[in-house]
Amino acid sequence: MKKIKKWMLGATTAACAMVGAGSALAVEIEYWQYFFEPRVKAMETLIENFEKANPDITVKMTHFPYADYRTKVAAAIPAGQGPDVVQLFYGWLNDYVNAQLIQPLPSDVFPPAEIEKEFFPMVQAMKRGDKYMALPTAVRSLALFYNKRLFDKAGIEGPPKTLDELVEIAKKLTKTDGAGNLSQVGITTGMNAQDHHWFREVLVRQFGGDPYQNNYQKVNYNSDAGLAALKFYSDLEFKHKVTAAGFMDETQAAFKAGRAGMHIDGSFRIGALNKVRRLKWGVAELPAAKDGTQSNYSSYWVNGITSKATGEKYDAAVKFMKYVTSDEAMQVWLDTVGELPAKPSAAMTEANSNNEVYGPFIRGLSYAKTTIFANESGQRQAMMDMVARMRLKGQSAEESLGIAAEQEQKILDEYYN
Amino acid sequence: MGLYKRLTISQKQIVWAWGLLALPILFYVVVRFYPTANAIALSFQEWNLLGSRSWIGFENYTKLFSDPVFWKVFANTFIYLLLGTPTSLVVAFLIAYHLDKLRFMHGTIRALYFLPFMTTAVAMAWVWRWFYQPVPIGVFNNFLATLGIAQIPFLNSTTYALPSVLAPAIWAGLGFQVIIFMAGLRAIPQTYYEAARIDGITTWETLTEITLPLLKPTIVFLVVFSSIGFLRIFDQVFNMTTNDPGGPLNSTKPLVLMIYDTAFNSFDMGYAAAQTVVLFSVLLVVSLVQLRIMRDN
Repeated sequence: MKKIKKWMLGATTAACAMVGAGSALAVEIEYWQYFFEPRVKAMETLIENFEKANPDITVKMTHFPYADYRTKVAAAIPAGQGPDVVQLFYGWLNDYVNAQLIQPLPSDVFPPAEIEKEFFPMVQAMKRGDKYMALPTAVRSLALFYNKRLFDKAGIEGPPKTLDELVEIAKKLTKTDGAGNLSQVGITTGMNAQDHHWFREVLVRQFGGDPYQNNYQKVNYNSDAGLAALKFYSDLEFKHKVTAAGFMDETQAAFKAGRAGMHIDGSFRIGALNKVRRLKWGVAELPAAKDGTQSNYSSYWVNGITSKATGEKYDAAVKFMKYVTSDEAMQVWLDTVGELPAKPSAAMTEANSNNEVYGPFIRGLSYAKTTIFANESGQRQAMMDMVARMRLKGQSAEESLGIAAEQEQKILDEYYN
Repeated sequence: MGLYKRLTISQKQIVWAWGLLALPILFYVVVRFYPTANAIALSFQEWNLLGSRSWIGFENYTKLFSDPVFWKVFANTFIYLLLGTPTSLVVAFLIAYHLDKLRFMHGTIRALYFLPFMTTAVAMAWVWRWFYQPVPIGVFNNFLATLGIAQIPFLNSTTYALPSVLAPAIWAGLGFQVIIFMAGLRAIPQTYYEAARIDGITTWETLTEITLPLLKPTIVFLVVFSSIGFLRIFDQVFNMTTNDPGGPLNSTKPLVLMIYDTAFNSFDMGYAAAQTVVLFSVLLVVSLVQLRIMRDN
C-alpha cells in the first residue's frame, strides 16, 4: 500500500513537472484557413518545416469549408476565440483593420521599404499608414487558356497576341448546329466568372482609360475608354456571335468539356484542368491592345496577425509570418497549390517564368493591378447587370454603362461614407 | 424542502406541471424569442459583424423603402405566392380527387407523387437547372431543337425565369399536398355521398356542394401552409441562379435571397435584419388575413 502511494505521488509530481515545463517552453499558436486540399497540404508542409526550425513553437491549423469561412472568421475573431494568425481575402482587410482585429506587422521585422522592394507592387494595397497589416504567400493572376486540339483542327497556329487577333481566332473556333444554335464557342463569356476583372482592370486600361480614381473610391470607367471596352466585350456576344452567356451553364465547364476554344481564368483553375483527361490545353498571356498595352488583374489571400495574439504568442506569430512569406514558403506553395509566389525573387526564377503553364501568369504579375473592392459581389453584380440589360432589354452600351457606373458608385459611397 | 411538503397534492401537481413546462418554454425563449427580439433591435442598428453595433434609428427602413430593388423583390415574392399557391392547390386537388377513386396501383402512384417531396431541394434544383440549359446540354431545348423549334431561354430571360424556377418548387411540394387532400377526402363520411346518389345529384354538384365545403379545413391548412412556403422560397432560386443570384436583372430574386445576399455577401447585418422584420410582418399579415377570410365564409 505504502509503495503504491509513493509511486502515485511520484508519478503525479513527475506529470506536474512535465506539464509545467511544457507550458514554460512551448507556445502554441492557432492558424486558420479555408479548406482546399492542396492549400491544407502546403500549409502542413510549411508548419512542419517551421516547427523543425523553431522547436519551442507549435502551430495548430484549423480549416473550414470555403462557404462558411468568411462568416466563421468574422464571428470568432471579435469574440476573441479565433486564430492568432489568419488567412483573409485581400478584399476583407479593410473591415478587419477598421474593427482593430488585425495587428500591424512590426516594422523592425517587416520594414515597409523592404516589402516594397521585394514584393510585387500590388501588395502595397495592404499598407495602412506606414505599416503593413498583412502579407500574401501567393498571388493569382489571369491568363488566356486555349484548347490546343480545337486550335489544331481549325488550323490556327497559336494563341492571339492582340485583341483583334482574339476576335479573328474566336470566329474560326465558333460552330453552330443546323438550327443556328451555338454548339461550340470561340471564347467563353460571363461577367459572373473572371470577365468582370478582365473588363475593369484590363480592357478599360487597354482602351486608354483608368477604371477608378481616388484609390478605388470613385468609378471612372464611364468614359470613352470604358465605352470602347464595353463595346469590344459585348460585341463578342452580340455582333461577332462567337460566344453566348450561360453557354453550358458555366464558362469553365464549357472549356473543360472541349466546347470552348478560349477561356479567360485565374491561375487557381490550373489544378482542376489538370484533372480533365483528354483535354489538351495551353496558357498564354492576356492579349495586348493595338498599341501593345498589357494589363492584368491580381488577387490574393493574405496572412495577418489577429488582435488575440499577445505576449509570447505574438512573438511566435511574427516568426511564423516571417516564415510563410519567405521565398522558400512561396516555392512550396507554388509546387503544391499552383499559386504564384508573391515576390519576384521567388516567382521570376528561370524555371518558373519559363514554365509552360505558370510562365504566362507570372509574366502577367509584373503589370497586374489589384482592385480594392468595397463589396465584391455587389460590384460584380453591377457588371453582370450591365451586359444583361444590353442582352435582354436591348439597351445601348452608352446607357447601360452609365447605369452600371451609377450602381457601383452607390455601393462605394455607402461603404466609404 | 419543508415548503414543498406543506403543499396540497393539487398544488404539487401544479408545481410539477410548471417545472416540466419550463423546459420547452426556456428552450423557446433561448432559440426563438431572444433571437427574434435581437433581430428586431438589430434592424435599427448598423453592424458589419466585425465592429460594434451602433444605433441609427429608422435609417435601414428608409433605405429599404426607397430601394427599387427591394420593391422588385417584394413584387417577385408575391408573384411566387400568387402563382404558386393556387396552381399547386388546384393541381394537387385534381390529382388527389382522381387518385382517391383509383384502386389499381393506388399505393405505387401515390408514392411516385410523394417522391419529389422527399428529395433534397438542392439536388432537384440543380437537375432542373440543367434541364433548362440551352443547346447543347439542356434536355428541354435539345428536344425543341430536334423538332426545329426555336430555343426557349428558360433561365436567361426576365419573363420566363421566374415561372421556370417556380415549376420545380410546385412539383416538389405536390406530393405533400396530395397526401393531405386525400386524407381530407377520406375523412368525409360516405353517407353524404350515398344520400346524394339516392337524390340523383350530378357529379359536379356533389363536388361543389359536398366535397369542397367539407374539405374546407384541409384547404385552409394547405393555403396557409403553402403560402408561407412560397413567401419564403429560397433553395430553388438560390441553386438555379448561382451564376447571377436572383437574376437575370433581379427577375427571380425573392425576399429571402435578398436577405441572404445583404447579410452574407454585403455583411450589412442591420439592413438584412430590417428586411427580415419586413418578411416577418408580411408572413404574419398574410397568415392572419387568410385564416380570417377562410373562417368567415
